[in-house]
Order: sequence, then C-alpha cells, then structure tokens
Amino acid sequence: MHAESDIRIPLILGSKSYRQISDDIIAPIEGKAAKGWYTLITLCALSFLWGIGCLAYTIGVGIGAWGSSNGVDWAWDITNFVWWIGIGHAGTLISAVLLLFRQKWRMAINRSAEAMTIFAVLCAAIFVTLHTGRPWLDYMLFPLPNQFGSLWPNFNSPLLWDVFAVSTYATVSIVFWYIGLIPDFGMIRDRVIKPWQKKMYSTLSFGWGGSARHWSRFEEVSLVLAGLSTPLVFSVHSIVSFDFATSVVPGWHTTIFPPYFVSGAVFSGFAMVLTLMLVVRKIYKLEHYVTIKHIEYMNIVIIVTGSIVGVAYLTELFVAWYSGVEWEQYAFLNRATGPMAWSYWIMMSCNVLSPQLFWFKKIRTSIIATFILSIVVNIGMWFERFVIIVPTLCRTYLPSTWNTYTPSFIDIGIFVGTIGMFGTFFLLFSRYFPVIAQAELKTILKSSGEQQKKDAATHTHH
Amino acid sequence: MSGSAVATNKHIIHGVFNDEVPLLEACKKLRASGIRIKDVFTPMPIHGIDGLIGVPRTRIAICAFIYGITGTSLATLMMWYMMVHDWPNDIGGKPNWAYYFNIPAFIPITFEATVFCAAHGMALTYFLRCWLVPGAKAKNPDPRTTDDKFLIYLELNDEQSKKAEEILKSNGAEEVNHKGTFVVEPAYVLDETH
Repeated sequence: MHAESDIRIPLILGSKSYRQISDDIIAPIEGKAAKGWYTLITLCALSFLWGIGCLAYTIGVGIGAWGSSNGVDWAWDITNFVWWIGIGHAGTLISAVLLLFRQKWRMAINRSAEAMTIFAVLCAAIFVTLHTGRPWLDYMLFPLPNQFGSLWPNFNSPLLWDVFAVSTYATVSIVFWYIGLIPDFGMIRDRVIKPWQKKMYSTLSFGWGGSARHWSRFEEVSLVLAGLSTPLVFSVHSIVSFDFATSVVPGWHTTIFPPYFVSGAVFSGFAMVLTLMLVVRKIYKLEHYVTIKHIEYMNIVIIVTGSIVGVAYLTELFVAWYSGVEWEQYAFLNRATGPMAWSYWIMMSCNVLSPQLFWFKKIRTSIIATFILSIVVNIGMWFERFVIIVPTLCRTYLPSTWNTYTPSFIDIGIFVGTIGMFGTFFLLFSRYFPVIAQAELKTILKSSGEQQKKDAATHTHH
Repeated sequence: MSGSAVATNKHIIHGVFNDEVPLLEACKKLRASGIRIKDVFTPMPIHGIDGLIGVPRTRIAICAFIYGITGTSLATLMMWYMMVHDWPNDIGGKPNWAYYFNIPAFIPITFEATVFCAAHGMALTYFLRCWLVPGAKAKNPDPRTTDDKFLIYLELNDEQSKKAEEILKSNGAEEVNHKGTFVVEPAYVLDETH
C-alpha cells in the first residue's frame, strides 16, 4: 500500500474501517427515514402531482395552453429543457472526467451526481417531447420507414442530432450508473435481514460476487465508459447549442455557443450537486464522507466555470460590437436595456458576480453560504437560457412580429412539476439506493482515511 | 495413460483475511509453491492482484472498439440510405446528391451512434460474460466478502491442501475453512483396442 503525502487533506474523516463504511452506507436503507425526509418527499410529490395535472391539460388542449405565441414559439419549454440537460452534465463530469483525471474526491459524490444526471435528463425529456405540440407523433423523430410520414427525418438538422445526442446520453448514463451500483447492491444484499429487502437487493445486485475476474472487467468497463462519456457529455451540450447557433437569428448565430453552453452546464450542474449533497449529508449524517474539503473542491469548479461563463458573456458583447452587424448589436442592446432587461441583469449578477464570492476561503468553506450561492447560481443559469431564448424571439428581423411574453400558469405548473419529480426521484434514490459508491470508497480508505494517514505518519512503513 | 487414472479428492478451502495486504502476500506464496488459486473474492477491486493469481487481462475494451466501429458504419449506412439514396432532398439550397457533400452535417450522429453502440455493446458483454443478470444467484461463497472480508478460494487435492493451509495460516488468514470435498472422476479415455 503506498502512502499519500501528509499535506493532502484526508477525504474520509474519523477512524473508519471497511466495516464502518458498509455500516454508514447501509444505515439509511436499514433504518427508519428521518422526519425531514417525509416532509421533503410530501412537498416534492405534491408539486409532481400538480405538474402531472398541468401536463395532462396541455396534452388535452394543446400547447395553446402555454404562454408561447407565434413569434415566441420557444419559451419556457426550451428554457427548461436546456436548464435540466445542463444540470445533468455535472454528474457525467464528476464520474467520467474526474475518473480519467484520477481525482479521488469524486468517490464521495459520484453516485448521487449520476443519479441527479439521470433524473435531470428525464425532466428535460418531458419538455422536448411535449414542445412538439403533438407528443403522440413524436415517433416521427426516429428514423422510421416513410409510410409513417412523407419523408425521412432530416439528418442535416441539429434538432434531429439532438434526438440522437440526448437519447444516447440518457441511456449511456443509466448504464454507467447501474454498473457502478451493482457491487454496492451486492453488499446490501449480503447485509440486510428483512426478507423483502433481501429479495429486492438480490434482484438488483444481478448476482454480484466480487471475484477477481469480475473486478478486473468492472474496472476496465468503468474506464472505457468514462472515456466514452467524456466526449459524449461535451457533444450533448454542444449539439444543444447548435439548435440555436445554426439558425440565422441574431444573438443566436454565434460560434462561441458550444464551449459557452458546456461550461454553463458544468457550472449549473455543480451548483445542483452542492444543493443536493448539502441536504443529503445532513439528513443521512454523511459528514465524514462528504467533507468541507469536498465542498471546497466543488466550489472551486464553480469559480472556474462561472468565470468562463462570465468571459463568454463579455465576448458575445464584444463580438456583437466588433462585427459591425446592426442586427447583432441590437439583439444584445435589447437584452441588456430592452423591456426584459431585468432578466438579463438577474443573469449577470447571479452567474458572473455571485460565484466570485468563492474566492474567499471563508465563503467557499461555509456550508450556509455554499447552499445559498448554489441556489443563486441555478436561478442565474435558468435566466441565462431565458435571456437567450425569449427576449431574442420577441425582437426578430420583422418588426411587425415583435411581441412580448408572459408564461401561463400551465407553463409554471409543468416547471414546478419537474422540480417535484426530480426531488421525489432523488429522495427515493437516497433512501433505497447506496448514496455513496462504497466499494470504490474502500479502495481509497488506506491512502486517504484520516486515521490511516495518521498511522502512516507515525509508522514509517506500511 | 488410461490405466493409471484414479479418482482424486478435491478439497474446497476458503482462506479468509480481514485486509488485502496479507491476502496479496498469501497469494504470492501460494503461487510460488505451485498451488493454483481458483478465485479471490473481495469487497473492492484490488490493484495488482490479477497478475499474482494468474487472471489474464480482460479483452472487453477490444470488444468495445469493435462495437464502436460497427456503430460508425451503421450510422453512415443509415444516413447514406435515407438522405442520399432513398429520397435525396434539397434542404436550404444544400442538396444531398452525394454523401460527401454533407459529411459535416452527418458527423454528430455518426459520433453519437459510435458511442451508443460501443457503450451498450460493452455493457451487455460485461453482463453476459460475468453472468450478471436479474435473478442470478450470488456468486460469492461467503456473504462477508462484499462487506469487509477478503477470501481466497481454493480447490486442491489432499497433499496440496495441507500445504495451502499452512501458507494461509502463516500469512495472517483469520480463518481457514474447509467447505467440503468432492471427487473428480478421471476423464473417460476411449480404449483404442475396441
């Protein structure tokens, strides 16, 4: 066992053994749920139900129920779609990119971050399937023989690339997540006593045994899937940005969009991971695993990606001015000073200014400050998508189509519903699934456990 | 050759450790004295164990590559057929008269299909090769090995099992458990005179 430098802060606090890690991860599954859990899930389930109601109404009467209009044909639907897909990106980034870079701190958060990815993509899927207007005809997006319609789908269109990108992303994320879960389900299966739990986790664990051959394949599969997911995650949000960038709408037709969207996605995703993990570590008493150091690392990612986003905003303004294209210049003037300028300035202050507070060590290691700022960042990122879509579509080339936009209560209801659905799924996940990848965590116990590091410092060997 | 074959007894032995360091040491010693290690069951992956117990490097990544290029080919074929061959269209003044005209527009889906096939093909291969399927029986011989115990699984004859037991004990095995004996019948050899 090679020892790690003393300077590196331990990632697993307290004096833990392998047994203790299993005990801590299984505690929420075997024990009774906390009161806070019941309160939260009731709240989330009610919003979810409200959302289902609004969804059913939309399907019943059509998307005329929304605030969208002839000019502003993309509004809350696509704003919410891009927002949710963006949030999903942090999960893949943590589990794939940080795996390739051998960042051990990912192991405390990768499982819940991946769960977040999957639930966020499901929320996003609701908006894209619905925004077509007739969701029962959505099969026409798939490359099916043309007796279903008059033509094949157009493979030159970024909207179709999106169908392929998002479905690949969703299914690959689910498989990656589940392969990681299997050894942990195996541990739970061998530990639980209640018959129904034994049965459930036996089925979920697929008969995992932890033989050396299986571990060797497990590690190879994880590595290759991480290698595949890394370009995948970049491609997905790049393609989402192509939906805008390949159009000829001023304010959208910019080459900066792919990197700008990807960094924005990572930015909002990390903020959402923080919001969730701060609640999870409190409810399930996982403070020894998700430490202040983990929170600090995530906040550092937020400063970096937040600053990239800030630079992207300024670059857009500069390029609009430097291009000399009147329409481009007007699009940005309209965003910053037009009738919806308030949304632009919410975006600017939440996304560009607020993350800069994390330069102060006191703030980035404070739980309360992190929790508040993580929510502020996600509000900011929602407004970023709103600003890109709505004020732009309210002022296109033809002044006679100039328009304004207000969401209907159905729009708001569906959005609230997806937040409820996301929360409900995440709470169920955190109660019945292992929230931390315990098998992986056991591999770093010797090098990064607090007690183990102390022991290594006192003995020169071992 | 056929005349000398007799049935041999095989003993199933579990060497249980509570840490991976002595387990690795014991594996080394067992192999040095010519004992074949049937398998090792551990709660987490242990680096460097494959070479020690003679597990060959997995070829699953090669499979992933093959699945990947299959995806690339399928996507190319599909888009060529639909956009160029079956019903060519002139969309926005950009006609699809030949595949190479529009290659840039076909790159994203080609990439996604490559990743899709590589990832799912590899995952499926992994599940089937390890026989990880819903309803499969737990493969670990002792339920503690998914928690905090490390187990060396041996199937040995009388003479070797004594030697192995000694090595396991002297290298810090917490328990050495006999899990029964089974008889291996000699392989049936066709008598050439008939």
